[in-house]
Amino acid sequence: MDAENSLGDTVRAAPELAVTLRVNGVHWELNLDARVTLLDALRERLGLTGTKKGCDQGACGACTVLVDGKRVLSCLMLTATCEGRDVLTIEGLSENETLHRVQEAFVRHDGFQCGFCTPGQIMSAVALLSEGRATSDEDIREFMSGNICRCGAYPNIVAAIRDAAGRGGDAGV
Amino acid sequence: MREFEYVQATDVSQAVAAVTGDPATSYLAGGTTQIDLMKDGVLGPDRLIDITRLPLRGITRSDGAIRIGALTTMEELAADLTIMERLPVVREALLLGASTQLRNMATIGGNLLQRTRCRYFRDITCACNKREPGSGCSALEGFHRMHAILGTSEHCIATHGSDLAVALVALDAIVHVRGLNGERAIPLTEFYVVPGDTPQVENVLAHGELITAVEVLLLPEDARSGYLKVRDRVSYEFALVSAAVALVMEDGVIREGRIGLGGVATLPWRAYRAEEVLRGRPAQTDTFQAAAEAALEGATPHRDNAFKVELAKRTVVRALSTTAGEDS
Repeated sequence: MDAENSLGDTVRAAPELAVTLRVNGVHWELNLDARVTLLDALRERLGLTGTKKGCDQGACGACTVLVDGKRVLSCLMLTATCEGRDVLTIEGLSENETLHRVQEAFVRHDGFQCGFCTPGQIMSAVALLSEGRATSDEDIREFMSGNICRCGAYPNIVAAIRDAAGRGGDAGV
Repeated sequence: MREFEYVQATDVSQAVAAVTGDPATSYLAGGTTQIDLMKDGVLGPDRLIDITRLPLRGITRSDGAIRIGALTTMEELAADLTIMERLPVVREALLLGASTQLRNMATIGGNLLQRTRCRYFRDITCACNKREPGSGCSALEGFHRMHAILGTSEHCIATHGSDLAVALVALDAIVHVRGLNGERAIPLTEFYVVPGDTPQVENVLAHGELITAVEVLLLPEDARSGYLKVRDRVSYEFALVSAAVALVMEDGVIREGRIGLGGVATLPWRAYRAEEVLRGRPAQTDTFQAAAEAALEGATPHRDNAFKVELAKRTVVRALSTTAGEDS
Protein backbone atom coordinates (compact mmCIF):
# COMPACT_ATOMS: atom_id res chain seq x y z
CA MET A 1 0.00 0.00 0.00
CA ASP A 2 1.37 3.41 -0.91
CA ALA A 3 1.80 5.82 1.93
CA GLU A 4 -0.16 8.93 1.05
CA ASN A 5 2.13 11.78 1.76
CA SER A 6 4.33 14.22 -0.07
CA LEU A 7 7.48 12.12 0.19
CA GLY A 8 6.06 9.60 -2.24
CA ASP A 9 8.22 6.64 -3.18
CA THR A 10 10.82 7.13 -0.49
CA VAL A 11 8.57 6.18 2.38
CA ARG A 12 6.81 3.26 0.75
CA ALA A 13 6.94 -0.03 2.58
CA ALA A 14 8.64 -1.95 -0.21
CA PRO A 15 7.51 -5.54 -0.75
CA GLU A 16 10.15 -7.92 0.54
CA LEU A 17 11.48 -10.83 -1.38
CA ALA A 18 12.96 -14.06 -0.03
CA VAL A 19 16.31 -15.03 -1.52
CA THR A 20 18.56 -17.92 -0.57
CA LEU A 21 22.16 -18.00 -1.66
CA ARG A 22 25.60 -19.15 -0.55
CA VAL A 23 28.29 -16.65 0.21
CA ASN A 24 31.81 -17.92 0.85
CA GLY A 25 30.34 -21.33 1.57
CA VAL A 26 27.77 -20.05 4.07
CA HIS A 27 24.08 -20.51 3.37
CA TRP A 28 21.94 -17.36 3.76
CA GLU A 29 18.22 -16.73 3.66
CA LEU A 30 17.53 -13.07 3.11
CA ASN A 31 14.40 -10.99 2.93
CA LEU A 32 15.01 -7.88 0.95
CA ASP A 33 13.64 -5.21 -1.34
CA ALA A 34 13.87 -6.29 -5.00
CA ARG A 35 16.04 -3.22 -5.68
CA VAL A 36 18.92 -4.38 -3.46
CA THR A 37 21.98 -5.19 -5.54
CA LEU A 38 24.28 -8.05 -4.63
CA LEU A 39 26.88 -5.44 -3.70
CA ASP A 40 24.58 -3.77 -1.18
CA ALA A 41 23.38 -7.09 0.21
CA LEU A 42 26.98 -8.18 0.80
CA ARG A 43 28.02 -4.94 2.43
CA GLU A 44 24.91 -3.80 4.27
CA ARG A 45 23.17 -7.07 5.12
CA LEU A 46 26.01 -9.55 5.54
CA GLY A 47 28.65 -7.13 6.81
CA LEU A 48 31.07 -8.24 4.09
CA THR A 49 32.55 -4.84 3.39
CA GLY A 50 35.62 -6.17 1.59
CA THR A 51 33.75 -5.80 -1.69
CA LYS A 52 33.91 -2.09 -2.50
CA LYS A 53 31.38 0.32 -3.93
CA GLY A 54 33.33 2.47 -6.35
CA CYS A 55 31.28 3.92 -9.18
CA ASP A 56 28.14 1.83 -8.55
CA GLN A 57 27.44 1.93 -12.28
CA GLY A 58 29.46 -0.91 -13.73
CA ALA A 59 32.45 1.12 -14.83
CA CYS A 60 35.23 0.60 -12.26
CA GLY A 61 35.34 -3.08 -11.25
CA ALA A 62 35.80 -2.42 -7.51
CA CYS A 63 32.71 -4.55 -6.77
CA THR A 64 33.95 -7.63 -8.66
CA VAL A 65 32.96 -10.95 -7.06
CA LEU A 66 32.65 -14.47 -8.41
CA VAL A 67 29.18 -15.93 -8.93
CA ASP A 68 29.19 -19.65 -9.69
CA GLY A 69 32.91 -19.27 -10.39
CA LYS A 70 32.62 -16.42 -12.88
CA ARG A 71 33.64 -12.83 -12.24
CA VAL A 72 30.79 -10.35 -12.37
CA LEU A 73 30.00 -6.82 -11.22
CA SER A 74 27.92 -7.06 -8.06
CA CYS A 75 26.72 -3.44 -8.40
CA LEU A 76 24.74 -4.29 -11.55
CA MET A 77 23.37 -7.57 -10.26
CA LEU A 78 20.14 -7.73 -8.30
CA THR A 79 20.39 -10.02 -5.28
CA ALA A 80 17.08 -11.53 -6.37
CA THR A 81 18.74 -12.94 -9.48
CA CYS A 82 21.27 -14.77 -7.28
CA GLU A 83 18.72 -17.25 -5.91
CA GLY A 84 20.55 -20.56 -5.40
CA ARG A 85 23.87 -19.14 -6.61
CA ASP A 86 27.29 -19.51 -5.05
CA VAL A 87 29.04 -16.20 -4.36
CA LEU A 88 32.72 -15.82 -3.55
CA THR A 89 34.04 -12.53 -2.16
CA ILE A 90 37.48 -11.39 -1.05
CA GLU A 91 36.64 -12.55 2.50
CA GLY A 92 36.26 -16.11 1.27
CA LEU A 93 39.54 -16.32 -0.56
CA SER A 94 42.01 -17.15 2.18
CA GLU A 95 41.96 -20.41 4.06
CA ASN A 96 42.10 -19.59 7.75
CA GLU A 97 45.27 -17.52 8.09
CA THR A 98 46.74 -18.59 4.75
CA LEU A 99 46.35 -16.05 2.00
CA HIS A 100 45.36 -17.09 -1.51
CA ARG A 101 48.42 -17.05 -3.77
CA VAL A 102 47.02 -14.05 -5.66
CA GLN A 103 46.70 -12.16 -2.38
CA GLU A 104 50.24 -13.15 -1.48
CA ALA A 105 51.51 -11.98 -4.84
CA PHE A 106 49.80 -8.60 -4.42
CA VAL A 107 51.53 -8.19 -1.07
CA ARG A 108 54.88 -9.30 -2.48
CA HIS A 109 54.72 -6.92 -5.44
CA ASP A 110 53.04 -4.04 -3.63
CA GLY A 111 50.14 -4.27 -6.10
CA PHE A 112 48.22 -1.36 -4.60
CA GLN A 113 48.50 2.08 -3.16
CA CYS A 114 45.31 3.24 -1.44
CA GLY A 115 43.87 -0.28 -1.59
CA PHE A 116 40.29 0.63 -2.49
CA CYS A 117 40.27 -1.19 -5.83
CA THR A 118 42.34 -4.09 -4.48
CA PRO A 119 39.58 -6.57 -3.52
CA GLY A 120 38.09 -6.16 -7.00
CA GLN A 121 41.51 -6.45 -8.62
CA ILE A 122 42.27 -9.63 -6.68
CA MET A 123 38.90 -11.28 -7.38
CA SER A 124 39.26 -10.41 -11.04
CA ALA A 125 42.82 -11.78 -11.10
CA VAL A 126 41.73 -15.02 -9.43
CA ALA A 127 39.15 -15.47 -12.19
CA LEU A 128 41.67 -14.48 -14.84
CA LEU A 129 43.92 -17.34 -13.73
CA SER A 130 41.13 -19.90 -13.91
CA GLU A 131 40.17 -18.56 -17.34
CA GLY A 132 43.74 -19.37 -18.40
CA ARG A 133 44.29 -15.87 -19.73
CA ALA A 134 47.32 -14.75 -17.74
CA THR A 135 49.64 -15.91 -20.50
CA SER A 136 51.42 -12.63 -21.26
CA ASP A 137 51.64 -9.14 -19.78
CA GLU A 138 49.65 -7.88 -22.75
CA ASP A 139 46.83 -10.36 -22.08
CA ILE A 140 46.91 -9.65 -18.35
CA ARG A 141 46.46 -5.94 -19.07
CA GLU A 142 43.71 -6.58 -21.62
CA PHE A 143 41.70 -9.00 -19.50
CA MET A 144 42.13 -6.91 -16.33
CA SER A 145 41.01 -3.72 -18.07
CA GLY A 146 37.63 -3.80 -16.32
CA ASN A 147 39.36 -3.04 -13.02
CA ILE A 148 40.39 0.57 -12.71
CA CYS A 149 43.12 1.69 -10.29
CA ARG A 150 43.10 5.46 -9.86
CA CYS A 151 46.40 5.36 -7.98
CA GLY A 152 47.92 3.84 -11.10
CA ALA A 153 49.45 0.77 -9.46
CA TYR A 154 49.07 -1.12 -12.73
CA PRO A 155 52.72 -2.15 -13.23
CA ASN A 156 52.80 -3.82 -9.82
CA ILE A 157 49.36 -5.36 -10.32
CA VAL A 158 50.52 -6.90 -13.60
CA ALA A 159 53.73 -8.12 -11.92
CA ALA A 160 51.72 -9.70 -9.09
CA ILE A 161 49.42 -11.53 -11.49
CA ARG A 162 52.32 -12.68 -13.65
CA ASP A 163 53.97 -14.02 -10.51
CA ALA A 164 50.80 -15.75 -9.26
CA ALA A 165 50.28 -17.31 -12.69
CA GLY A 166 53.75 -18.80 -12.60
CA ARG A 167 53.34 -20.43 -9.21
CA GLY A 168 51.49 -23.70 -8.85
CA GLY A 169 50.18 -25.62 -11.83
CA ASP A 170 46.51 -25.46 -10.95
CA ALA A 171 45.11 -22.05 -11.72
CA GLY A 172 41.84 -22.87 -9.99
CA VAL A 173 40.25 -20.76 -7.28
CA MET B 1 15.82 3.53 -8.06
CA ARG B 2 12.06 3.38 -8.45
CA GLU B 3 10.36 0.54 -6.65
CA PHE B 4 9.42 -2.47 -8.77
CA GLU B 5 8.13 -5.99 -8.50
CA TYR B 6 10.53 -8.80 -9.37
CA VAL B 7 9.28 -11.99 -11.00
CA GLN B 8 11.38 -14.95 -12.06
CA ALA B 9 10.02 -16.40 -15.29
CA THR B 10 9.82 -20.16 -15.68
CA ASP B 11 8.12 -20.31 -19.04
CA VAL B 12 8.77 -18.39 -22.27
CA SER B 13 5.11 -17.99 -23.27
CA GLN B 14 4.11 -16.75 -19.84
CA ALA B 15 6.95 -14.27 -19.79
CA VAL B 16 5.99 -12.94 -23.22
CA ALA B 17 2.34 -12.65 -22.15
CA ALA B 18 3.28 -10.82 -18.94
CA VAL B 19 5.41 -8.19 -20.69
CA THR B 20 3.19 -7.79 -23.75
CA GLY B 21 0.15 -7.18 -21.57
CA ASP B 22 1.67 -4.32 -19.59
CA PRO B 23 3.65 -1.37 -20.96
CA ALA B 24 5.23 -0.87 -17.51
CA THR B 25 6.66 -4.40 -17.37
CA SER B 26 10.12 -5.13 -18.79
CA TYR B 27 12.35 -8.12 -19.29
CA LEU B 28 15.52 -8.48 -17.23
CA ALA B 29 18.39 -10.49 -18.71
CA GLY B 30 22.04 -9.70 -17.93
CA GLY B 31 20.97 -6.36 -16.50
CA THR B 32 24.14 -4.51 -17.43
CA THR B 33 22.17 -1.80 -19.23
CA GLN B 34 18.79 -2.22 -17.55
CA ILE B 35 19.92 -1.94 -13.90
CA ASP B 36 22.34 0.86 -14.72
CA LEU B 37 19.59 2.93 -16.38
CA MET B 38 17.15 2.16 -13.56
CA LYS B 39 19.67 3.52 -11.05
CA ASP B 40 19.97 6.68 -13.15
CA GLY B 41 16.18 7.05 -13.28
CA VAL B 42 16.15 6.74 -17.07
CA LEU B 43 14.11 3.54 -16.84
CA GLY B 44 11.53 2.90 -14.16
CA PRO B 45 9.46 -0.21 -14.79
CA ASP B 46 6.73 -1.31 -12.36
CA ARG B 47 7.72 -4.92 -12.83
CA LEU B 48 10.77 -6.84 -14.03
CA ILE B 49 10.43 -10.31 -15.49
CA ASP B 50 13.76 -12.08 -14.97
CA ILE B 51 14.20 -14.33 -18.00
CA THR B 52 17.72 -15.56 -17.23
CA ARG B 53 16.56 -19.04 -16.21
CA LEU B 54 14.55 -19.69 -19.37
CA PRO B 55 15.93 -22.36 -21.71
CA LEU B 56 17.19 -19.87 -24.30
CA ARG B 57 20.87 -20.43 -23.74
CA GLY B 58 23.51 -22.26 -25.74
CA ILE B 59 24.92 -22.49 -29.22
CA THR B 60 24.00 -25.08 -31.82
CA ARG B 61 25.61 -25.60 -35.18
CA SER B 62 23.68 -26.95 -38.13
CA ASP B 63 24.61 -27.15 -41.79
CA GLY B 64 26.31 -23.91 -42.63
CA ALA B 65 24.80 -21.90 -39.80
CA ILE B 66 25.10 -21.30 -36.10
CA ARG B 67 22.14 -20.62 -33.82
CA ILE B 68 22.85 -18.64 -30.68
CA GLY B 69 20.33 -18.77 -27.84
CA ALA B 70 19.46 -15.22 -26.81
CA LEU B 71 20.57 -15.77 -23.20
CA THR B 72 24.02 -17.02 -24.16
CA THR B 73 26.52 -14.66 -22.58
CA MET B 74 29.10 -12.69 -24.56
CA GLU B 75 31.91 -14.71 -22.94
CA GLU B 76 30.24 -18.00 -23.82
CA LEU B 77 29.85 -16.98 -27.44
CA ALA B 78 33.43 -15.72 -27.70
CA ALA B 79 34.66 -19.11 -26.45
CA ASP B 80 32.68 -21.11 -29.01
CA LEU B 81 34.89 -23.16 -31.34
CA THR B 82 32.85 -22.53 -34.49
CA ILE B 83 32.95 -18.80 -33.82
CA MET B 84 36.72 -18.97 -33.32
CA GLU B 85 37.34 -20.91 -36.51
CA ARG B 86 34.74 -19.63 -38.93
CA LEU B 87 33.59 -16.22 -37.68
CA PRO B 88 36.64 -14.51 -36.16
CA VAL B 89 35.01 -11.12 -36.74
CA VAL B 90 32.36 -12.05 -34.19
CA ARG B 91 34.87 -13.23 -31.61
CA GLU B 92 37.01 -10.12 -32.02
CA ALA B 93 34.00 -7.81 -31.76
CA LEU B 94 32.91 -9.58 -28.58
CA LEU B 95 36.30 -9.53 -26.87
CA LEU B 96 36.93 -5.89 -27.75
CA GLY B 97 33.70 -4.92 -26.02
CA ALA B 98 33.17 -4.18 -22.31
CA SER B 99 35.19 -6.16 -19.71
CA THR B 100 35.24 -9.84 -18.78
CA GLN B 101 32.96 -9.14 -15.81
CA LEU B 102 30.37 -7.47 -18.02
CA ARG B 103 30.73 -10.11 -20.74
CA ASN B 104 30.00 -12.82 -18.15
CA MET B 105 26.71 -11.08 -17.38
CA ALA B 106 25.58 -9.54 -20.67
CA THR B 107 23.54 -11.72 -23.01
CA ILE B 108 23.51 -11.74 -26.81
CA GLY B 109 19.87 -10.66 -26.99
CA GLY B 110 20.52 -7.88 -24.51
CA ASN B 111 23.64 -6.79 -26.35
CA LEU B 112 21.59 -6.18 -29.50
CA LEU B 113 19.07 -4.18 -27.47
CA GLN B 114 21.54 -2.15 -25.41
CA ARG B 115 20.76 1.53 -25.16
CA THR B 116 22.96 4.34 -26.36
CA ARG B 117 25.84 5.66 -24.27
CA CYS B 118 24.89 9.27 -25.16
CA ARG B 119 25.45 11.13 -21.88
CA TYR B 120 22.36 13.28 -22.44
CA PHE B 121 20.15 10.20 -22.78
CA ARG B 122 21.58 8.98 -19.46
CA ASP B 123 21.19 12.29 -17.63
CA ILE B 124 17.54 12.92 -16.80
CA THR B 125 18.17 16.63 -16.25
CA CYS B 126 18.98 17.07 -19.96
CA ALA B 127 16.74 17.31 -23.00
CA CYS B 128 16.66 14.08 -24.98
CA ASN B 129 14.19 13.13 -27.67
CA LYS B 130 15.01 9.47 -27.25
CA ARG B 131 14.23 9.46 -23.54
CA GLU B 132 11.47 12.07 -23.63
CA PRO B 133 10.07 12.60 -27.14
CA GLY B 134 9.72 16.25 -28.07
CA SER B 135 12.04 17.55 -25.33
CA GLY B 136 14.87 18.37 -27.74
CA CYS B 137 18.41 17.07 -28.23
CA SER B 138 21.13 18.37 -25.92
CA ALA B 139 23.82 16.62 -27.96
CA LEU B 140 23.33 18.74 -31.10
CA GLU B 141 24.87 21.80 -29.46
CA GLY B 142 26.50 19.99 -26.55
CA PHE B 143 29.41 17.63 -26.17
CA HIS B 144 29.12 15.38 -29.21
CA ARG B 145 32.62 14.27 -30.04
CA MET B 146 31.55 10.62 -29.67
CA HIS B 147 28.31 11.03 -31.64
CA ALA B 148 27.05 9.79 -34.98
CA ILE B 149 27.80 11.03 -38.48
CA LEU B 150 25.65 8.52 -40.36
CA GLY B 151 21.92 7.87 -40.04
CA THR B 152 21.41 11.01 -37.96
CA SER B 153 18.45 13.34 -37.84
CA GLU B 154 17.84 16.81 -36.44
CA HIS B 155 16.27 15.06 -33.46
CA CYS B 156 19.00 12.59 -32.48
CA ILE B 157 22.68 11.91 -33.17
CA ALA B 158 23.27 9.20 -30.54
CA THR B 159 25.34 6.19 -31.59
CA HIS B 160 24.49 2.56 -31.02
CA GLY B 161 27.14 1.15 -28.68
CA SER B 162 27.29 -2.51 -29.65
CA ASP B 163 30.39 -3.97 -31.29
CA LEU B 164 28.81 -7.39 -31.72
CA ALA B 165 25.85 -5.97 -33.65
CA VAL B 166 28.24 -4.35 -36.13
CA ALA B 167 29.77 -7.75 -36.89
CA LEU B 168 26.38 -9.45 -37.02
CA VAL B 169 24.87 -6.84 -39.30
CA ALA B 170 27.76 -7.37 -41.71
CA LEU B 171 27.11 -11.12 -41.60
CA ASP B 172 23.37 -10.81 -42.36
CA ALA B 173 22.40 -12.38 -39.04
CA ILE B 174 18.75 -13.28 -38.45
CA VAL B 175 16.99 -12.39 -35.20
CA HIS B 176 14.37 -14.88 -34.02
CA VAL B 177 11.63 -13.30 -32.00
CA ARG B 178 8.73 -14.66 -29.97
CA GLY B 179 5.54 -12.66 -29.55
CA LEU B 180 2.02 -13.35 -28.38
CA ASN B 181 1.11 -14.51 -31.89
CA GLY B 182 4.05 -16.85 -32.35
CA GLU B 183 7.49 -16.48 -33.83
CA ARG B 184 9.00 -14.36 -36.55
CA ALA B 185 12.44 -13.99 -38.05
CA ILE B 186 13.89 -10.54 -38.76
CA PRO B 187 17.10 -9.87 -40.69
CA LEU B 188 19.34 -7.81 -38.41
CA THR B 189 19.83 -5.40 -41.32
CA GLU B 190 16.10 -4.61 -41.03
CA PHE B 191 15.94 -4.83 -37.23
CA TYR B 192 17.17 -1.36 -36.30
CA VAL B 193 15.59 1.89 -37.46
CA VAL B 194 17.19 5.30 -37.91
CA PRO B 195 15.96 7.94 -35.45
CA GLY B 196 14.20 10.24 -37.94
CA ASP B 197 11.62 12.20 -35.98
CA THR B 198 10.94 9.30 -33.58
CA PRO B 199 14.31 8.61 -31.88
CA GLN B 200 12.52 6.76 -29.08
CA VAL B 201 11.86 3.96 -31.57
CA GLU B 202 15.11 2.04 -32.02
CA ASN B 203 14.02 -1.21 -33.61
CA VAL B 204 11.04 -3.00 -35.13
CA LEU B 205 10.12 -5.02 -32.03
CA ALA B 206 6.71 -4.48 -30.50
CA HIS B 207 6.59 -4.16 -26.71
CA GLY B 208 6.80 -7.68 -25.29
CA GLU B 209 8.38 -9.33 -28.31
CA LEU B 210 11.28 -11.40 -27.00
CA ILE B 211 14.48 -12.25 -28.86
CA THR B 212 14.88 -16.01 -28.51
CA ALA B 213 17.87 -16.65 -30.78
CA VAL B 214 20.23 -15.15 -33.32
CA GLU B 215 21.17 -17.15 -36.37
CA VAL B 216 24.33 -16.53 -38.37
CA LEU B 217 25.26 -18.15 -41.66
CA LEU B 218 28.87 -19.29 -41.64
CA LEU B 219 31.19 -17.61 -44.09
CA PRO B 220 32.73 -19.81 -46.81
CA GLU B 221 35.71 -21.73 -45.48
CA ASP B 222 38.18 -19.63 -47.43
CA ALA B 223 36.69 -16.32 -46.27
CA ARG B 224 38.61 -13.97 -44.01
CA SER B 225 37.08 -11.64 -41.48
CA GLY B 226 38.12 -9.26 -38.75
CA TYR B 227 37.08 -6.42 -36.49
CA LEU B 228 39.05 -3.21 -36.01
CA LYS B 229 38.07 -0.92 -33.14
CA VAL B 230 39.56 2.55 -32.76
CA ARG B 231 39.06 4.26 -29.42
CA ASP B 232 40.47 6.74 -26.93
CA ARG B 233 41.88 3.98 -24.73
CA VAL B 234 43.43 0.66 -25.73
CA SER B 235 40.85 -1.35 -23.82
CA TYR B 236 37.50 -1.08 -22.03
CA GLU B 237 36.12 1.84 -24.02
CA PHE B 238 33.44 2.40 -26.61
CA ALA B 239 34.45 2.86 -30.23
CA LEU B 240 35.15 6.19 -31.86
CA VAL B 241 35.03 4.17 -35.05
CA SER B 242 34.99 0.45 -35.71
CA ALA B 243 34.81 -1.71 -38.80
CA ALA B 244 33.71 -5.32 -39.19
CA VAL B 245 34.87 -6.74 -42.49
CA ALA B 246 34.65 -10.06 -44.28
CA LEU B 247 36.23 -10.92 -47.60
CA VAL B 248 35.95 -13.82 -50.02
CA MET B 249 38.82 -13.62 -52.51
CA GLU B 250 39.97 -15.58 -55.53
CA ASP B 251 43.42 -15.05 -57.01
CA GLY B 252 43.69 -11.67 -55.37
CA VAL B 253 40.31 -10.49 -56.61
CA ILE B 254 37.45 -9.81 -54.21
CA ARG B 255 34.46 -12.01 -54.97
CA GLU B 256 32.45 -10.68 -52.08
CA GLY B 257 33.08 -8.13 -49.34
CA ARG B 258 31.10 -7.19 -46.27
CA ILE B 259 31.53 -4.03 -44.25
CA GLY B 260 29.81 -3.03 -41.02
CA LEU B 261 30.59 0.25 -39.24
CA GLY B 262 30.35 1.01 -35.53
CA GLY B 263 30.75 4.16 -33.45
CA VAL B 264 29.76 6.39 -36.34
CA ALA B 265 26.09 5.70 -36.86
CA THR B 266 22.78 5.79 -35.04
CA LEU B 267 22.52 2.06 -35.66
CA PRO B 268 24.93 -0.77 -36.47
CA TRP B 269 25.71 0.40 -40.01
CA ARG B 270 25.99 -1.74 -43.10
CA ALA B 271 28.04 -0.10 -45.85
CA TYR B 272 26.35 -1.60 -48.91
CA ARG B 273 27.70 0.90 -51.40
CA ALA B 274 31.24 0.23 -50.25
CA GLU B 275 30.65 -3.48 -50.68
CA GLU B 276 29.59 -2.90 -54.29
CA VAL B 277 32.83 -1.05 -54.88
CA LEU B 278 34.81 -4.05 -53.62
CA ARG B 279 33.10 -6.65 -55.76
CA GLY B 280 35.25 -7.92 -58.64
CA ARG B 281 38.15 -5.59 -57.93
CA PRO B 282 41.69 -6.51 -56.87
CA ALA B 283 42.32 -6.66 -53.13
CA GLN B 284 44.66 -3.69 -52.97
CA THR B 285 44.91 -0.28 -51.39
CA ASP B 286 43.21 1.81 -54.09
CA THR B 287 40.23 -0.53 -54.03
CA PHE B 288 40.01 -0.22 -50.26
CA GLN B 289 40.28 3.57 -50.46
CA ALA B 290 37.47 3.72 -53.01
CA ALA B 291 35.33 1.54 -50.75
CA ALA B 292 36.08 3.80 -47.78
CA GLU B 293 35.01 6.88 -49.76
CA ALA B 294 31.76 5.16 -50.67
CA ALA B 295 31.17 4.06 -47.07
CA LEU B 296 31.31 7.61 -45.75
CA GLU B 297 29.42 9.26 -48.59
CA GLY B 298 26.61 11.40 -47.20
CA ALA B 299 28.12 11.66 -43.71
CA THR B 300 26.67 14.49 -41.61
CA PRO B 301 29.31 15.54 -39.08
CA HIS B 302 28.70 18.14 -36.39
CA ARG B 303 31.00 20.69 -34.74
CA ASP B 304 33.12 18.28 -32.68
CA ASN B 305 32.95 14.99 -34.54
CA ALA B 306 34.03 15.92 -38.07
CA PHE B 307 37.28 14.04 -37.41
CA LYS B 308 35.29 10.83 -37.53
CA VAL B 309 34.81 11.07 -41.30
CA GLU B 310 38.51 10.74 -42.05
CA LEU B 311 39.08 8.38 -39.13
CA ALA B 312 36.32 6.09 -40.38
CA LYS B 313 37.77 6.03 -43.90
CA ARG B 314 41.20 5.10 -42.58
CA THR B 315 39.66 2.49 -40.30
CA VAL B 316 37.89 0.88 -43.25
CA VAL B 317 41.09 0.84 -45.32
CA ARG B 318 43.13 -0.60 -42.43
CA ALA B 319 40.51 -3.25 -41.60
CA LEU B 320 40.25 -4.35 -45.25
CA SER B 321 43.98 -4.44 -45.89
CA THR B 322 44.74 -6.29 -42.64
CA THR B 323 42.01 -8.83 -43.33
CA ALA B 324 42.99 -9.28 -46.99
CA GLY B 325 46.71 -9.30 -46.46
CA GLU B 326 47.22 -12.00 -43.92
CA ASP B 327 48.82 -14.39 -46.43
CA SER B 328 50.14 -11.99 -49.04
